[in-house]
Amino acid sequence: MLLPLVRRLASMLTTLFGVLVVVFVILRLLPGNAVTASLGVNAGLLSHAQLQAIDKFYGVGESIPQQFFSWLWSMLHGNLGVSLSSREPVSTLIGSALPVTLELAVMSMILGILIGVGFGMIGALHPDRWQDDVGQGLAVFGLSVPSFVIGTVLITYLASIFHYFPSSLGFVGLFTNPWLNLQQVFLPALTLSFGIGAAIMRTTRAAVLEIRGLNFARTARGKGISHLAYVWRHLFLNALVAITTMSGIQFGYLLGGAVIVEDIFVLPGIGRLLITSITDRDFPVVQSVTLIFAAGFIVVNTLIDISYTLIDPRTRRR
Amino acid sequence: MTTLLSLRNLVVGLRHGHQTSPIVRGVSLDVKPGERVGVVGESGSGKTLTMLSVLRLLASPPLDILEGEILLDGEDLTSASEHRLRQVRGSTIAMVYQDPMTSLNPLLHVGYQIVEALRAHDVDTPQARDKARDALRQVGLADPERVERSYPHELSGGMIQRVMIAMALAASPRLLIADEPTTALDVTIQQQILDLVLDLQDTTSMAVLWVTHDLGVVARLVDRVVVMYAGRIVEDAPTSELFRRPSHPYTAALLASLPGTQHTHRSLLHQIGGSPPDPTRLDRGCPFRPRCSFAVEQCAHDEPPLLVRGASRAACWREPDQWQT
Repeated sequence: MLLPLVRRLASMLTTLFGVLVVVFVILRLLPGNAVTASLGVNAGLLSHAQLQAIDKFYGVGESIPQQFFSWLWSMLHGNLGVSLSSREPVSTLIGSALPVTLELAVMSMILGILIGVGFGMIGALHPDRWQDDVGQGLAVFGLSVPSFVIGTVLITYLASIFHYFPSSLGFVGLFTNPWLNLQQVFLPALTLSFGIGAAIMRTTRAAVLEIRGLNFARTARGKGISHLAYVWRHLFLNALVAITTMSGIQFGYLLGGAVIVEDIFVLPGIGRLLITSITDRDFPVVQSVTLIFAAGFIVVNTLIDISYTLIDPRTRRR
Repeated sequence: MTTLLSLRNLVVGLRHGHQTSPIVRGVSLDVKPGERVGVVGESGSGKTLTMLSVLRLLASPPLDILEGEILLDGEDLTSASEHRLRQVRGSTIAMVYQDPMTSLNPLLHVGYQIVEALRAHDVDTPQARDKARDALRQVGLADPERVERSYPHELSGGMIQRVMIAMALAASPRLLIADEPTTALDVTIQQQILDLVLDLQDTTSMAVLWVTHDLGVVARLVDRVVVMYAGRIVEDAPTSELFRRPSHPYTAALLASLPGTQHTHRSLLHQIGGSPPDPTRLDRGCPFRPRCSFAVEQCAHDEPPLLVRGASRAACWREPDQWQT
């Protein structure tokens, strides 16, 4: 039991390291740096010596491997660095932005799974009937309409027709004003959950339809157990591995979608933080946020791998 | 004597697109309480579909009951509600399925799956556990406690087949439908299961519909044999009569293909030539005609109904005396 866990942990860390290297290198390939970004055209007024002094101060003059390892070293000591644009510690910026994104992610996943599993089960139990058609239609809609369109349309209609736009009051924390906070997060979460729900719905439908035709499903029906027991204990339980896998994949898309949706709904999460820091060439922030996205994705998918052994006894090793 | 189960002109069809082709083509069959009936036929003859129809377990779509009645104590199950069917399934009628290896839920303990079946019919949990354990012991599993705690993939094919039989028997059904239930078992275990079923019958008057292609099992276990071919019953006879004097050339051919038979039908085929017809596209006339050595002109035009032939009924235009030597 312990050895696989260690192996899994090692592979997680290797993946994370790979992500770090790639992000670091790609950022350095972008034209310009923090100094030129903040000085703008004024950079041309400085003398060569002045520029070198500034570069040295920010550490951007060093070679790329040197920069990478000095950043890695300080990060291993818990120091994520200082934002080049706001001069605040990166850990402070992330500390205030991360809870917002976490809340958004959790709410979107819950909504997406509810929508997906709900319509998927209904569709699979009434294939090619109107219930199924409704679900299938929603799935095509959710998969084909991008989240920024759904988000923009939601905002436009609710704000202009119903004068409802909770985000206009400025973001409030979950613990400061829970009711307003939940309203503010609900719309972006709903926006994201369309795509997630559509994918999960299709997976659920296909898996349950297949399982319905298997021999053990017939055995279960032949026992005379209740419809609910048949549907959940025999059909759903066996579809759960497929559903969980799809949820993990969707979590990855969710992280990408959060960047756009947070921007549309002015949520101060790490998605927005990422966008502003990319425009500002604020490398310490970009690196750390990317690291968090990657870590989140890897952790969620590791948890999903572990969940397989809980669901399916055949994947357990003795 | 009253009948327990009565199939009246049962037709099961396969839907493809807007067309339906009948695969089970008018099966009528009575089972009395405590009676043991064997159902014999090649693969594709409609045995399994007929049995699944009784519990309304056909994969629908594409399969559906198109015509006929399934009378259980006079109550027609073809028009019964799902609620009523749930009461019958696993309680009045229990079934052992073909292909036991895939017939258990892979994610649940074996013991739980038996208990679940009993609890669905108002047996409380402790009592259901006792019954499950007894049933597992009865089918000859040496360590029922261990089997209960196992998942299906941890058991061998023979063990699972016995679990399936135990699951069906635990509910003390009035009718047991067993679809090739002893195929994966070695001869000693097979004998043990047959003895168990015979035993249970003495004490409970359980009726048995035993689907098999093993005529040896038929000879030992059942009172009456129904032979199916191309979706119809072609012969229905008391077991001894069937072995002594088959009334349909197909039955005779089946008997002749038994290894080491001492019957007098050596002149017939040892191996039945040709292959069973596709039931969705049958020609006019008797479906066995292309493989029959005794076909006459009439066989090409009209399909014979079940005709009384002594103690048997057979779907053959020709009197047994005309072709038996």
